[in-house]
Amino acid sequence: MALLETVSLGHKYDGCPVLKDANLGVNRGEAFGLIGPTGAGKTTLLRLLDFLEVPTSGKIYFEGVDVTLSGKHRLETRRRMAFVQQKPIVFTMSVYDNVACGLRWRREAHDIIRKKVDNALELVNLAEYKNRNAKTLSGGETQRVAIARALVTQPEVLFLDEPTANLDPVSASQVEKVLSNIIQEQRVTVIMATHDMSQGQRLADKIGVLIGGEILQIGSPNEIFCAPKNMEVAEFVGVENILNGVIVEKDDNLVTIQVNDSTIQAVSDCEIGEAVYALIRPEDITFTLAKGRTSARNTFQGKVTRMTPVGPLLRIEVDCGFNLLGVVTKMSAEELDLDIGKKVYASFKATAVHTIKRWT
Amino acid sequence: MAEIWQGFLKAIQLIVTLDPEVLEITGRTLAISISSTIIAALMCLPLGSLIHFNNFRGKRTLINLIQTFYSVPTVAVGLIVFLLFSRSGPLGFLELLFTPQVMIIGQVILISPIMLGLVIAALSGVDKAAHETAVAIGASQFQATTIVIREARYAIYSALIMGFGRAISEVGLALMVGGNIRGYTRVMTTAISLETSKGDIVLSIALGIILISLALIINFAFSRLQQRWK
Repeated sequence: MALLETVSLGHKYDGCPVLKDANLGVNRGEAFGLIGPTGAGKTTLLRLLDFLEVPTSGKIYFEGVDVTLSGKHRLETRRRMAFVQQKPIVFTMSVYDNVACGLRWRREAHDIIRKKVDNALELVNLAEYKNRNAKTLSGGETQRVAIARALVTQPEVLFLDEPTANLDPVSASQVEKVLSNIIQEQRVTVIMATHDMSQGQRLADKIGVLIGGEILQIGSPNEIFCAPKNMEVAEFVGVENILNGVIVEKDDNLVTIQVNDSTIQAVSDCEIGEAVYALIRPEDITFTLAKGRTSARNTFQGKVTRMTPVGPLLRIEVDCGFNLLGVVTKMSAEELDLDIGKKVYASFKATAVHTIKRWT
Repeated sequence: MAEIWQGFLKAIQLIVTLDPEVLEITGRTLAISISSTIIAALMCLPLGSLIHFNNFRGKRTLINLIQTFYSVPTVAVGLIVFLLFSRSGPLGFLELLFTPQVMIIGQVILISPIMLGLVIAALSGVDKAAHETAVAIGASQFQATTIVIREARYAIYSALIMGFGRAISEVGLALMVGGNIRGYTRVMTTAISLETSKGDIVLSIALGIILISLALIINFAFSRLQQRWK
């Protein structure tokens, strides 16, 4: 039985639906990532799950008990959870008191509060800030106070809403490290909303993709990133090579897809004659100067049309009758002496191609 | 000029020697004003929270109405209370007219709008997310409300001080419903008013100095309190 489960959960603001028919189950100890673009309904879903709002339709089960409406159950159940908001606010009191308030509201004994708060502050590396007025902290420190404030109550479920969205890269990586430790060491059930899909991939065991108020796919990070169910998910998770084609041959699971004047080979369950999208992640494409021996079934010659630096990498666009986008390290680009107009071979394996049926 | 200067010196003497009449009037003034401030605060804090934390039709209008009463003339409140508690009035049977009690009631009515309005403004000044943050980490509705009030505490202190300031400084109401009875309902403002019109400015100046000093002390203590957290 899932620890937290929603059945056909829906919510409207002023009659406008923001969440539609959401069905999800999160098991105890699981780290569930909710990814989706801004405005997809992630925060709304978290708020409903933490009972900060009453859903317009559907049900929420906690340990199998329907807690959607019962006021008494909602406070009791909420006290077994904790929510770190996207823009957490701290109260005008010391860091220590901020972290302690959740325990005081639960009427814990003084010495227990002291011990737990000290531990929590230690965990987020804020022990020496204990007596500081929390209002004077930086964004990253405030976020860590909010995390400590949530963790100190030893929640069974921890909700995190865009935990690093408003932070500079250094603070973001500090906060992510703290979260990663918590997820791994404390085995608390975590439900985390993020628009940063790589963060979802790094922290979550299971990912749900929420776009336009609908959960479009739930699966392991690998499934979501390598085998997106539809185009919206594919586009959101960064599949940039999306080719329109038709299956023209099939041998077992190995299919041949006609794309413009070329054919590519892929592993797919689709049948001959079916129109498909062939998705290839840029990281799965390798570039060589000569058509060497490679285990990749697909190799195409083309001209480099564009090179864009992205951090330590270069995005290479190649026109081989259809556009292919790949990434290489700057060093590889130098070794290959890549430049605009240069002819290269782009290769990818049949297993690197993911197909989605196209409804024409 | 010499008369004023002499009056001023005599007034200092009255204060330093702890003149029984000055002490008695000061004590009564403080007792009445503090009582009315406390009673008004006990009413306005929960009522203000109730108005702030609930959404209902006419909320805006109600707040506008409350704000209109900020500047209600003291004599108007005095007249209403007088009519209510006069022998033929609906509350005349209580026989409270010309007692300190009715002065307190009148002051509560006088300062409640300003205190209520400022309490609502103080609560509105707190980040809306504070209440929800508290709820999200396990506060009950009551606990979350308490933390928002706590967050608004400095603005609420100033609401209390504004109320107290209005209570201690008003004269029309105290005169109309208290009657300025020596040793019973005479307070600083009514005494100053009466003694000045009688031409005895010494007591007036002494009480005036005390009144201003009280204002200074209260304001000083308040700003110290505010600075503690900055």
